[in-house]
Amino acid sequence: MALEKPYLDIPGTIIFDAEQSRKGYWLNQFCMSLMKAENRERFKANERAYLDEWPMSEEQKQAVLARDLNWCMRTGGNIYFLAKIGATDGKSFQQMAGSMTGMTEEEYRHMMINGGRSVQGNRYLGEDGDAQPNRQPQGAASRKA
Amino acid sequence: MARITASVYTSHVPAIGAAMDLGKTHEPYWQPLFKGYDFSKQWMKDNKPDVIFLVYNDHATAFSLDLIPTFAIGTAAQYQPADEGWGPRPVPVVQGHPALASHIAQSVIQQDFDLTIVNKMDVDHGLTVPLSLMCGELDPVRDAWPCPVIPFAVNVVQYPVPSGQRCFALGQAIRKAVESYDEDLNVHIWGTGGMSHQLQGARAGLINREWDNAWLDQLIDDPAACARTPHIDYVREAGSEGIELVMWLIARGAMADVAGGAKPRLAHRFYHVPASNTAVGHAILENV
Repeated sequence: MALEKPYLDIPGTIIFDAEQSRKGYWLNQFCMSLMKAENRERFKANERAYLDEWPMSEEQKQAVLARDLNWCMRTGGNIYFLAKIGATDGKSFQQMAGSMTGMTEEEYRHMMINGGRSVQGNRYLGEDGDAQPNRQPQGAASRKA
Repeated sequence: MARITASVYTSHVPAIGAAMDLGKTHEPYWQPLFKGYDFSKQWMKDNKPDVIFLVYNDHATAFSLDLIPTFAIGTAAQYQPADEGWGPRPVPVVQGHPALASHIAQSVIQQDFDLTIVNKMDVDHGLTVPLSLMCGELDPVRDAWPCPVIPFAVNVVQYPVPSGQRCFALGQAIRKAVESYDEDLNVHIWGTGGMSHQLQGARAGLINREWDNAWLDQLIDDPAACARTPHIDYVREAGSEGIELVMWLIARGAMADVAGGAKPRLAHRFYHVPASNTAVGHAILENV
């Protein structure tokens, strides 16, 4: 019998459940290794070689090299683990979270100062909020797209 | 006999710790947030506990995917502030209370909660940011936190996290455990994390001021009803990381009124948006 997953109808959201955790095990453990300064140095010196030491999928490695956190999440990454990549790159949590929306850093920061993203239209897939799949990317990037 | 005299609720946003560590608390961005804790710092001095039982979550720091305990109680003598990738926070080492922690572990397990016992771990911003907010800036070497701390880590990283009901019942068991300890100790219980925030995907940056405040009203006035809030409501209404709020129910469950005593007194309440990606909520309840 399938597990109960009532959260699959929320737009722009991947819940890190048992299935995602299995899928992302090595990706997340690679991220954990960046908690050690000497590993951060080795990773920065040759990212591809360092990633090849881990039994991750090729897609997971590509997602890390591209620093595409949405892609990392789809392949099983969890934000608290992926944050170690951001820390290695000298990025804040706000920069990391913002990068997943397509907004510029300035645009995202501005949205937060103005009270954050509204839940209106963003509770269920198929509503008309700014987090819906048909409205990506957000911010100035949407006008270029 | 040991007794729980108060509960404290607060968000534990890492950027708050960074702002304190880098001396940015007077910048216009941060000033309104720290103003909301002026009362609390004075309150901590006026109501200094002997021990803080601090409920928080580890953010892939002490616990990787190697080991994911749902409820973990720290019984060690001390805990080092962790290096989360930016270097360890420059704050004092956290002193534990092994005797009371071990007592609570045994008592709570005997009340049917299967805790994981941890004798060695580093503590991340989830634990040290609430201490900094309530105690102010402290020198990592010359100063010390005001009292020993028992870290109590809850899994809110890998779904499913424990339900609000389970957390609320656990708080009640912790209260019984504390009250069965012979030494006369004044214990605070803190619930941390939240409020609304989402750190991932196209919905990153979600804040729900109305929901947060309605939830906090209910936590204070009708915690048993609040505990029945299903997981999906936290995720949908308060963001994927807003689910951290279940940890506040552990602290609330440990208050006297839940066991038939008097309603607690609301000493302080504060709400502010934003701190980085997050809505900051804070409250102090005193047993009367």
